[in-house]
Amino acid sequence: MTLDLDMGKYAFFVWGSYGATFAALTALVVVSLRAQAARRRRLEALRQAAEDVT
Amino acid sequence: MFSFLANPERFSRVTRPLRPWLAGLCALCLLWGLYLAFASPEDYQQGDTVRIMYVHVPSAWMGLLIYALMGVASFFGLIFRHALADAAAKAMAPVGAVFTGLALLTGALWGWPMWGTPWQWDGRMTSELVLFLFYVAYIALHASIEDETRAARMSAILALVGLVNLPIVHYSVLWWNGLHQGNRIETTGAILWPLFVMTAAWHLLFAWLFLVRLDAEILERRYRALRARLNYQ
Repeated sequence: MTLDLDMGKYAFFVWGSYGATFAALTALVVVSLRAQAARRRRLEALRQAAEDVT
Repeated sequence: MFSFLANPERFSRVTRPLRPWLAGLCALCLLWGLYLAFASPEDYQQGDTVRIMYVHVPSAWMGLLIYALMGVASFFGLIFRHALADAAAKAMAPVGAVFTGLALLTGALWGWPMWGTPWQWDGRMTSELVLFLFYVAYIALHASIEDETRAARMSAILALVGLVNLPIVHYSVLWWNGLHQGNRIETTGAILWPLFVMTAAWHLLFAWLFLVRLDAEILERRYRALRARLNYQ
């Protein structure tokens, strides 16, 4: 099977759908990973601060 | 099993090794699905726009599935006070909202050239929009209540109320006449395979995102608990 990337008169609709889908899902992945990393760092910093006090 | 995984730290420890496997499998399925989507023949009536189906239909299915799972988690949270239930529902909600929003957007981009209009207030489109609004309302309600227990309870009630909409979305094409096609997809293997593989990719993406977001939610709750124990303001 060969790839057919010429969407002809429907290019705006097909590429628009795929573009919007992958942009939204990439943003969701990036936001989720960044939130997870930020929360891990914040918890570690608080633990470190608690240890320093005691 | 449920009680074993109710401990948030144990849950994070058990599911951590799963995450890279889910991400890898998702990437493989996505590449394979995209190849099949653009190598499959165009539809004899709809032409190349049929390729929108490979992102539209899995997104719509995920929107329904994730809301049903949110409902189950909310039920367990309300009735059995499962320690992770609210965190699980909260972690799923933005993922479900994005998939439902994508189903609406790609549906409009598919309908525009085929029906001559991107939107019609028919049963399927309207009930799908209501589903999206339930997701948004759940996220907004959870974020707007400061007390964690009360936020969990109120959001769980809202999620359970929204479950009523799921059969409406599914059966809307049977109950009301509209532009949207019926629930059955009658087509050949060349078009079914990319749909099947893209659906698998979307499920794997959801599973991976859910575990990442739930882990972030557990870290947030541990942070708040430690802060409260240390009497920080």
